Amino acid sequence: MRRVLKLAAVTAAATLTLAACGDAPEDDTADAGNGADSGSATSDDTGAAPGDGAATGDGADFQACMVSDSGGFDDQSFNQSGREGMEAAEEALGIQTTLVESQSDADYATNVNTLVSQGCNITIGVGFLLEDAIQAGAEDNPDTNFALIDSAFSDTDFNAVELDNAKPILFNTAEASFLAGYLAAGMSETGTVATFGGLQIPSVAIFMDGFADGVDLYNEDNDADVQLLGWDKEAQNGSFSGDFENQSQGQTLTEQFIAQGADIIMPVAGPVGLGAAAAAEGEEGTKIIWVDSDGYNSTEYGDLMLTSVLKQIGPAVEDTITESYEDGFTNEPYVGTLENDGVGLAEFHDFDGDVPQELKDRLTELEQQIVDGELTVESPNSP
Amino acid sequence: MSDPSVTPPVTSPSAEDGPRRSQLSDDLMRRVLGGNVMISVLAVVLALVIGGFLIAFADEEVREAATYFFSRPADLLSAAWQAVSEAYVALFRGAIFDWQAATFVGQVRPLTESVVFAVPLVLAGLGIAVGFRAGLFNIGAQGQIILGAIFASYIGFAWDLPVGLHLLLAVLGGAVGGAVWGAIPGGLKARFGANEVIVTIMLNYIAVYLISYILKQPVFNPGRSGQRSPNVADSATYPLLIPDWLVPGNNFRLHWGVVVALLATVFVWWLLERSTIGFELRAAGANPHAARTAGMSVGRTIFITMVIAGGLAGLAGTAQVLGTEGALTAGVAASYGFDAITVALLGRSRPLGTLVAGLLFGALKAGGFLMQSLTQTPIDIVLVVQSVIVLLIAAPPLVRAVFRVPDPTKPRRRSGATRTKEVAA
Repeated sequence: MRRVLKLAAVTAAATLTLAACGDAPEDDTADAGNGADSGSATSDDTGAAPGDGAATGDGADFQACMVSDSGGFDDQSFNQSGREGMEAAEEALGIQTTLVESQSDADYATNVNTLVSQGCNITIGVGFLLEDAIQAGAEDNPDTNFALIDSAFSDTDFNAVELDNAKPILFNTAEASFLAGYLAAGMSETGTVATFGGLQIPSVAIFMDGFADGVDLYNEDNDADVQLLGWDKEAQNGSFSGDFENQSQGQTLTEQFIAQGADIIMPVAGPVGLGAAAAAEGEEGTKIIWVDSDGYNSTEYGDLMLTSVLKQIGPAVEDTITESYEDGFTNEPYVGTLENDGVGLAEFHDFDGDVPQELKDRLTELEQQIVDGELTVESPNSP
Repeated sequence: MSDPSVTPPVTSPSAEDGPRRSQLSDDLMRRVLGGNVMISVLAVVLALVIGGFLIAFADEEVREAATYFFSRPADLLSAAWQAVSEAYVALFRGAIFDWQAATFVGQVRPLTESVVFAVPLVLAGLGIAVGFRAGLFNIGAQGQIILGAIFASYIGFAWDLPVGLHLLLAVLGGAVGGAVWGAIPGGLKARFGANEVIVTIMLNYIAVYLISYILKQPVFNPGRSGQRSPNVADSATYPLLIPDWLVPGNNFRLHWGVVVALLATVFVWWLLERSTIGFELRAAGANPHAARTAGMSVGRTIFITMVIAGGLAGLAGTAQVLGTEGALTAGVAASYGFDAITVALLGRSRPLGTLVAGLLFGALKAGGFLMQSLTQTPIDIVLVVQSVIVLLIAAPPLVRAVFRVPDPTKPRRRSGATRTKEVAA
């Protein structure tokens, strides 16, 4: 035992020593240090994060900030998409960015306040749960801009309100998940598909509404009887894992769906969907439809992804920051649709060869009908 | 345990339990110099040092500089120093005093925020401390807070009562809600000997799912979300502690829950040190067999203890729904119920200690926000610091070894044993 410990210690020491043997970069670091110092000095210590060396020109004075919900920025889903939008804007405009993660519901208001008092020019909240925090921040600070992803604003009686300095960023994802539902029904071999959500909130339920309608239309078109588990659009009632964190809950739900014969499952629950993918991996022939980002690229379960219902949060965030930066900020809600590519269906990737051409053509046709307004996907949760 | 025939009071480190004035100052000195207070302080210091290392490791510039440590070691040291000092300065600015804010109100606001976060921690921590003193490991504060929050918010938004009475009833309701949730494990343990650790943990789960079920019910959910109840009526909210006319233009969130927390601290002190119930409670904690032999009903004491503990945690729930948040949300209890265990441990299960520990944790929480947003230090570092504190407090010999503090209980082994038993229980 002792010898093993000694050996381990020597190995560890050697590794560390070797790792520390690299060459020092020429003068580079000294500059970076000074740069960070002067950076925080010129912005009057309003909170320039050190190390944002990309800051040049006017951009350095503009600070864009973002607060995640309790899922965190590495959720491989919508918080992450939001962060990617911020990073794209940082690169394109050379602005400062600050990202803050929340650990619980009690953190939202404080995080928003901290960012505002730090001098953020625009503060973006990711997710429906930040509605109250962003709204309160916008009311208290009429001179700074705010944006909220996935929710509009409402007063204490839940009536919609408009704020001059806050922009809702919304997505009519039902349009895209409608196509996903049609595709799933067409591709299911067992005649049973399933979906579940993280929390029963409008931005989640809207996916499930569209999915349900897509399955229904497929049944109508082909006189088929594909069953949908996990969501009843009429009753607005279905399966939810209870949060956006607990992956094992997603795994359990998915295992139950598989046991009931479902072979295509769409989890609408951020990182909880990874649990669903883990369950699907254990059962030959089960496929996943990912949401928010393209799961083929963003997760390690690419070979299970039939397609993904894309919600282009990143570009929407980037556009909003650009507008604010160029003094073109409006409080007009942004609504992502199939028409403006704010939502859409991802490629089929590995399953491209398996999807019949007939089904592909029908999906293109349906998409065109939705864009043209001939077909409307209705959902009580639509923005 | 303060029975003089068993342990001579002069040598007993637990003599502070006895009301004798002559020993008080002497005893206080010993506790501060060599005893538990010192261990707690040292544990916090050590945890902050370890946290500093983690901050340095988490910093990108530091990691970069570490790759060429041998060709220019100063780089690593200065980068590490910069990362750690910036993070802790931000922590201080976010928790105590922000000298860079433009106005006086803005400068002291961090301190008020620390107190706001401390209120539920102190209240729930007191509940857990009472349990510890009776030898009960109450893990259920989280569930008790949730139940308190549910009761208080329902009374707060659904009932229509005159100002004053409404708040009083809502606060009492919260305490009752928590007390009910505490009474269940208390009753099960007293009557059937069910392990309170297991029962309270399970009741936490029930409470978490109960709150999401309740939030979906029409009464609690007039909005579409199932995430947030209607706002509590103005007549049932804690008034702001520092009104606008006193300090104009302040945006402090400090509310009368602070006063409730202070009163609760005094109450717990009186309960434990001055009341008959408190004596029985401590006796049951120190040695249930001896207490039973002395004619006390240990079962009854356990039940009462858990009711009081639950009630205190329920009050923590009222601080959230009637004060800080103003409505019931699924995450209203955050992780206060679990953090409160740490608070009670750090406070050595003493009322004053719990108050101070609660304030410290409130400050860590409040400062963490600025630390994260200003220096991009991962917020998890704050959690790690808290966890290390628990770890160190659970192992006092480790802290003594690190700081080379002699063990004050060594020569008085017998009384030392009783004390360890009480804390460990």
